[in-house]
Amino acid sequence: MATATLESHDTHDDHGHGTSTGISNTKLAMWTFLGSECLLFGGLISTYLLYKTRRGPGPDNTTIPTDIFDIPFTSVSSFVLLMSSLTMVLALSALTRGDNRATRAWLLTTAMLGGVFIGGQVYEFTAFLREGVGFTHNPASSAFYTLTGFHGVHVSLGIVMLMSLVVASKQGKLTPKNTETVEVVGLYWHFVDVVWIFIFTVIYLIPTE
Amino acid sequence: MAITEEPLALTTGETAAAARPLGALTRPQGGNGWRDWLSTVDHKKIGIMYGVAAMFFFVVGGIEALLIRIQLAAPEGQFLSAEVYNQVFTMHGVTMVFLFVMPLAAAFANYLIPLQIGARDVAFPRLNALSFWIWLSGAIFLNTSWFVGGGGADCGWFCYSPNSGVAFSPSNGVDFYALGLQIAGIASLIGAINLIVTVLNMRAPGMSLFRMPMFTWLMLVTQFLLLFALPVITVALFLLMFDRLFDAQFFNPETGGDPLLWQHLFWIFGHPEVYIIILPSFGIISEIIPTFSRKPIFGYSFMVFSGIAIGFMGWGVWAHHMFVSGIGPFSVAAFSLSTMFIAVPTGVKILNWLATMWGGKIRLTTAMLYSVGAVAMFTIGGVSGVTHALAPADTQQTDTYYIVAHFHYVIFGGGVLGLLGGLYFWFPKIFGFMLNETIGKVNFWLILIGFNLTFGPMHVLGLQGMSRRIDTYSPGFGFELWNLVATIGSFTIAAGMLVLFFNIWKSKRDAADLPAPGPDPWDARSLEWSVPSPTPEHNFDTVPVVEGVDEWWHRKYGYDEDKRVVRIATIEEAAQDGSATGVHLPAPSFWPLVLAAGLPLIGYGLIFNLWLCVIGGALTGIAMYSWALEPVDDPDAGHDDHHDDGHDDPDDDPEHATAVTAGAEGGE
Repeated sequence: MATATLESHDTHDDHGHGTSTGISNTKLAMWTFLGSECLLFGGLISTYLLYKTRRGPGPDNTTIPTDIFDIPFTSVSSFVLLMSSLTMVLALSALTRGDNRATRAWLLTTAMLGGVFIGGQVYEFTAFLREGVGFTHNPASSAFYTLTGFHGVHVSLGIVMLMSLVVASKQGKLTPKNTETVEVVGLYWHFVDVVWIFIFTVIYLIPTE
Repeated sequence: MAITEEPLALTTGETAAAARPLGALTRPQGGNGWRDWLSTVDHKKIGIMYGVAAMFFFVVGGIEALLIRIQLAAPEGQFLSAEVYNQVFTMHGVTMVFLFVMPLAAAFANYLIPLQIGARDVAFPRLNALSFWIWLSGAIFLNTSWFVGGGGADCGWFCYSPNSGVAFSPSNGVDFYALGLQIAGIASLIGAINLIVTVLNMRAPGMSLFRMPMFTWLMLVTQFLLLFALPVITVALFLLMFDRLFDAQFFNPETGGDPLLWQHLFWIFGHPEVYIIILPSFGIISEIIPTFSRKPIFGYSFMVFSGIAIGFMGWGVWAHHMFVSGIGPFSVAAFSLSTMFIAVPTGVKILNWLATMWGGKIRLTTAMLYSVGAVAMFTIGGVSGVTHALAPADTQQTDTYYIVAHFHYVIFGGGVLGLLGGLYFWFPKIFGFMLNETIGKVNFWLILIGFNLTFGPMHVLGLQGMSRRIDTYSPGFGFELWNLVATIGSFTIAAGMLVLFFNIWKSKRDAADLPAPGPDPWDARSLEWSVPSPTPEHNFDTVPVVEGVDEWWHRKYGYDEDKRVVRIATIEEAAQDGSATGVHLPAPSFWPLVLAAGLPLIGYGLIFNLWLCVIGGALTGIAMYSWALEPVDDPDAGHDDHHDDGHDDPDDDPEHATAVTAGAEGGE
């Protein structure tokens, strides 16, 4: 009966040499998960597109988010978020070189840029609320808060992951052997950034009515 | 290739050193009874737990079905009130779809896929356990609505808005529906990612994609459907939940909301879901029919590509559920056409099964009877499905019992019969004893006859104009006879199920006096039959090298000069002996269970008291970090393999080079 040498099929090799595809399990899992996320945001963006001009019936709830948003402000915070993809790549590059200090610095910078974006979102939400356009105001506002809120939660989870990496690095557990961990977190982070390009375009750049 | 395995200390848990305390939970070391089951990461045990839990919910859903049939047995039924009736038929549908058929398919997938592709485990063993526990916590959460939510959801399994809004469904039942399905959906998503990575990445040497058994192939297509369909219903359920709990304005027509959005989102998920239900059964049938016809499956690549085609085309037909919702003539025509097209790859499968049986040496075992029954019943359901694709006919048939008849022929006739066939087929592999064939045949015929008695007359009732979801009907419409027949049929099915449970009990009792079934009682074709029954914890003593489709069969049979099939090895000669040493398995963990326990608390919190959310969220968060910091393998076991979550030093131990580890697990 044919048998394999055990070494030749060490399925525990996470750096890809032992898997059937040559891609490690973890990375393939992240790609698979991100494929699923595309449909999640697809559903949310579709919902927003359907509802974006739906004002409420009464005189009190006719204002929709696109009447009151501030494109220059959100453009700046979008730019900040996109720059965080650059710093994420620099963090990975630093880890590959074995430069732990630089790795931590870039990871922290990435998390901070994400934090600035979230801060901008919080400011925008409170500004809308001051105008009286809350979550329950009308279908357009419900769809707006749901779509941007889901994205904000994704960015926040990414920040938690980045900070966990910083702590792991502090404890000496993040070495050039673990570049893949950073790479996989990076995949997630880049995905969240790319999704924002779509959301920003759909909400802020495509004119309504 | 040569065997170069060195005998190493067995490190599957039994000989591992003392447990290392991790927080409050001590890591179990195997053989601890219930603790062993609660913390297992073995894909086979997880598969068994999925199966047992799914059968429990089959009984629950079956009782709900019987309640419906008692109510409708005679006109002017007084058995259930209209309110309770609404809850019972809703929970029957939800239970059967999400808590029985899907998890029973997951049970087979978990147990069989690693064995069929020659892997020692799934790609992420702890995530596999997490997937089961989350599904179970969602299932229990959903059913607690009977006790603490003022009854179950009462808006049909598809919970159309605005019926599902607070105005028409003020009890908490729909909240439990939205949150419970959300929780169960997380489980399916995790399971899908795990199995996709397993199939793509963990195949034995030589096991190319086009040498995989049909069951693994069709389960792979199913997992992709789950992967892409679940996020869509996740969105829909979030919108519903926001509407109900936080007064969002998605589905309330009075304030500009659009009830049709729910239907689109639901059916973009819901139609692929139909194939999520049926494809595992197709896979099982595609294993059983060749085995008991003693022929290879006819047109293997056609079977694969038609499965993939069904997977793709399943996305293009969702609006055929919405022909009468006012989506416009162009949409109706387009979806009518696409629906007729999807019958083509399905027909390919039916013809290939028939061609496989054609000229074969057929053995009518219970498993084979179930498979042939499933093909026949699914064909009836498929044909009535094509009649719905004709929009003018559908306009008359929609929301009548004709639809109920159709989808039960497809889901019960095609899906459930196939799954029960799989139960008889793989039972000896999983539990190490055979189910009694005589009782099995009684079981099969009771269910087949009961099934046709129940759902056959519903075609007539539907064409006579009986609406579905009505809690009672007046005499004089000609509904009396067929409803009574259907009720009798439903009790026949229930009797058949009791025979199945009796069979399991009696076969277990008799097993001591009968010879053990051995690794391959059916003379079957794929690799799971090369290992002892029940399967040892490490699956394969040596990782198999695969040379073709039906690898295991080709190890037993060859061809002589006249191209006749001859046996070249006995089962015992070809089989693995089940005594490997040095196989390194991932250590058990309690964290998946703890993590899963937090989610229903968050659900209760959203409905009743936000403090429960805080507790549930804290539990989940603590479990996540404890999980991430817990090594995949027990460090005290002496073979601490490195893994890539950044918390473990690489191991330069020379022994490590030869230790085979069952699964690799990534960071959090």
